[in-house]
Amino acid sequence: MTTEISDAGPSDDGEPTRRDFIHIFAAATAAVGAGATIWPLVHQMNPDASVLALSTSEVDLSSVSVGQAIKVMWQGKPVFIRHRTEAEIAEGEATPLGALKDDVARNDNLSGKVDATDDARVTASDGEARPQWLIVVGICTHLGCIPLGTASGENRGDYNGWFCPCHGSHYDIAGRIRKGPAPENLEVPPYEYLSDTIVKIG
Amino acid sequence: MSHPSTYKPAAGFAKWLDDRLPIVRLAHDSFVDFPTPKNLNYWYTFGGILAIALVIQIITGVILAMHYTPHTSMAFDSVEHIMRDVNYGWLMRYVHSNGASMFFLAVYIHMFRGLYYGSYKEPREVLWMLGVVIYLLMMATAFMGYVLPWGQMSYWGATVITNLFSAIPLIGDDIRTLLWGGFSVDNPTLNRFYSLHYLLPFAIAGVVILHIWALHIPGNANPTGVEVKDVKKDTVPFHPYYTVKDSFAIVVFLILFAAFVFFNPDGLGHPDNYIEANPLATPASIVPEWYYLPFYAILRAITFDIGPISSKLGGVIAMFGSILVLFVLPWLDTSKVRSMRYRPAAKMFFFIFIAACLVLGYLGGQPAEGSYVLYAQIATAYYFGFFLLILPLLGFMETPKPLPRSISESVLKTPKPGGAAPAGAQSAPAQ
Repeated sequence: MTTEISDAGPSDDGEPTRRDFIHIFAAATAAVGAGATIWPLVHQMNPDASVLALSTSEVDLSSVSVGQAIKVMWQGKPVFIRHRTEAEIAEGEATPLGALKDDVARNDNLSGKVDATDDARVTASDGEARPQWLIVVGICTHLGCIPLGTASGENRGDYNGWFCPCHGSHYDIAGRIRKGPAPENLEVPPYEYLSDTIVKIG
Repeated sequence: MSHPSTYKPAAGFAKWLDDRLPIVRLAHDSFVDFPTPKNLNYWYTFGGILAIALVIQIITGVILAMHYTPHTSMAFDSVEHIMRDVNYGWLMRYVHSNGASMFFLAVYIHMFRGLYYGSYKEPREVLWMLGVVIYLLMMATAFMGYVLPWGQMSYWGATVITNLFSAIPLIGDDIRTLLWGGFSVDNPTLNRFYSLHYLLPFAIAGVVILHIWALHIPGNANPTGVEVKDVKKDTVPFHPYYTVKDSFAIVVFLILFAAFVFFNPDGLGHPDNYIEANPLATPASIVPEWYYLPFYAILRAITFDIGPISSKLGGVIAMFGSILVLFVLPWLDTSKVRSMRYRPAAKMFFFIFIAACLVLGYLGGQPAEGSYVLYAQIATAYYFGFFLLILPLLGFMETPKPLPRSISESVLKTPKPGGAAPAGAQSAPAQ
């Protein structure tokens, strides 16, 4: 035991020594360096510039007749656009919130938590509801299958909207989950009307 | 088992090398003169079979990679190119695709054998856990490999499985985007799956080396569960006794393998995977490969919310939990008796457990509706009950049958008629 090398180990009075400081400083520097090295290795897996560049789609609605629905691609995902009939709109509006499995609008055009009324499901980014046009991302919120019901003749489920064949989720005429394992309503993507018949999704 | 080295290098080069890198000594002590219990039955040949299966997958896989193109617009066609144009390409692909099924068939038998004979118990816990790691790596590798042909089942299977990660609270969606490299399963996803599908088999090979290392410390367990007491009386050298026995089993296994490759090469696959991937149309039913079906059934059996846990997250937890529970199995089973040969109650519950796994496998291939869901819930409850209730309690409640005093005694005694030895599979090499 010698006291001459006072910074060689823990000091007798329990105070950190200069050696302790060097250890902590070196370890902290190495940790920051390791993090800075690992982040590019992880982040390279995130969507790249070419993927992000294709993040909006423009759709001409003029050829979609009343009662018809179409599928368009947006960010590699299908988007359902349904030109709803008066009867379908009435059906959607008549559905009480209490009957919904998920009562949140899930509309990216609305901020905050909004009730999943029929109007809230068809509101564009300008805040205006156009009930004849329902625009939803056509991906089941359970495990990502494409629900049936867009093309004519397909099974539209028990609620006259969409039916997911994978695990049996039923969506209504406003794309809201009504029955089955899916936890949420079909997502409404951000979209704006460039004219009466041109809509830009994204 | 650890034993003094018996390798005697010849003079000259062998001696020279042995002084510098004793690799021949390592092989000799591990696979030639390794003392092995003399009573191993044919259920114990599946380790060797699995080693062969891994080698077959790596060789055929490296060859397929020479002809395959990992791009969404070319992947499907390049697989057909392999099937039609490449010399013996059809053979390489069918051996590789059926090889995956054969690999899983063998690993399931290997795992059930370990369960039945209590191979996971002290002092072989790390050996067992390394095996579970290998199994997880196999599942990840096979899943990514199935995506590469870019058929409908490839695409939609990948979509369903990657979407499982979105069930994780808070960071789930970001993890999913990170896995995809985009906003859906697409070209970046295919590229990284290809890269990882090539990498992981070598990771498996690495863990296999650790698995064999961990096996060779305590040495093989055996059907009686009684440890080796006298190396002379209880063991035989690995070569020639078990090299020959394993080789025979491998040949029988390869006959079954060849029967699939040559007579029913698509029998274990799904016809929808011969339709090119289409992001706009989901197949009528998405069914994973047969070896995932029990876990798929468990995933879909959780149709109810458990407190704050949604049914979706609950299903994901149950599915991963059904495999992760194997890691703690050595500590869940409280019985000191290894082999279920001497545990009448455990044996009964074990065979019900196998039945539950088979039922889950069947239900995983059926639509998730009506009574199928209820049956899956019952079988899932039994699956977890077996590990979390039955095995822990049975150790205290069960009266085991008397154990043989040693391996050699159990071999030399004529088994009682109707005794517990399974399928008369004992081997008693002449001394």
